[in-house]
Amino acid sequence: MKARVTVTLKNGVLDPQGKAIEGALGSLGFSGVNGVRQGKVFDIELTATDADAAKTELEAMAARLLANTVIENYRVEIVG
Amino acid sequence: MKSAVVVFPGSNRERDMIAALEKIGGARPAVVWHAEAELPKVDLIVVPGGFSYGDYLRSGAIAARAPIMAAIAREAERGVAVLGVCNGFQILCEAGLLPGVLMRNAGLKFICREVELRVETTASQFTSGYAEGQVIRSPVAHGDGNYRADEETLKRLQGEDRIAFRYVGNPNGSIDDIAGILSEKRNILGMMPHPENLIEPLNGGTDGRPLFESALRAVA
Repeated sequence: MKARVTVTLKNGVLDPQGKAIEGALGSLGFSGVNGVRQGKVFDIELTATDADAAKTELEAMAARLLANTVIENYRVEIVG
Repeated sequence: MKSAVVVFPGSNRERDMIAALEKIGGARPAVVWHAEAELPKVDLIVVPGGFSYGDYLRSGAIAARAPIMAAIAREAERGVAVLGVCNGFQILCEAGLLPGVLMRNAGLKFICREVELRVETTASQFTSGYAEGQVIRSPVAHGDGNYRADEETLKRLQGEDRIAFRYVGNPNGSIDDIAGILSEKRNILGMMPHPENLIEPLNGGTDGRPLFESALRAVA
């Protein structure tokens, strides 16, 4: 089973990397960018066959290690 | 006085820390590998700087889940002094032993230079050797030194006199100019600057020395 955990910064948390990317997009001539937030994607291969159990396990992985919940949100999905 | 320096894969300031503790305290600290489950009985535990696990995932995140961290948490709970410097500070925050988080420097650049710090409280075994408001010099070398905490946490830190050091001229965008904070019980100090690199005139100064002297005196 393939799963994806997406980790993004919470709203209101300063994202200096996102800001730098936003600036770079502007200097490349992309004028319609209103803001950029940089996040992380983890593609995880699981041996589990039960999607619900897998999701519970992924939630625990995200909360314990993949995300720092002080500043980040995470989203867990089964992708195949 | 017994101390221990905890080493992770990627620590690179442990030798400076060991040298500082040995020079000032007179005894060589125990060096403890991160995979150990137990610490020797010591009065001071130090988590040194470096790039544990190459700073993969987030600075200090993987180290914070290493077996030795449970032992550090236990000892800290008992009141043993814990000092985390630079990556050590990041590790202690990631482990939840100190509140908040260290993010990428606001200017996105790795900063390696000397800064000035103001001693904000002398009410701790790490800072009692300084005068309140005293401005000291200290080297910094970090890419992720931008301290952030939510408003409630920040108010608690301020209200409980737990901000140990503030930058004079904020190099990395840290909230409220914070360079170092204390735990609730005041026995854990985390700071981004490197006091261990300014302990004798040969280093160019001795401004870091009182931090170690007061910590060593407190437990002697």
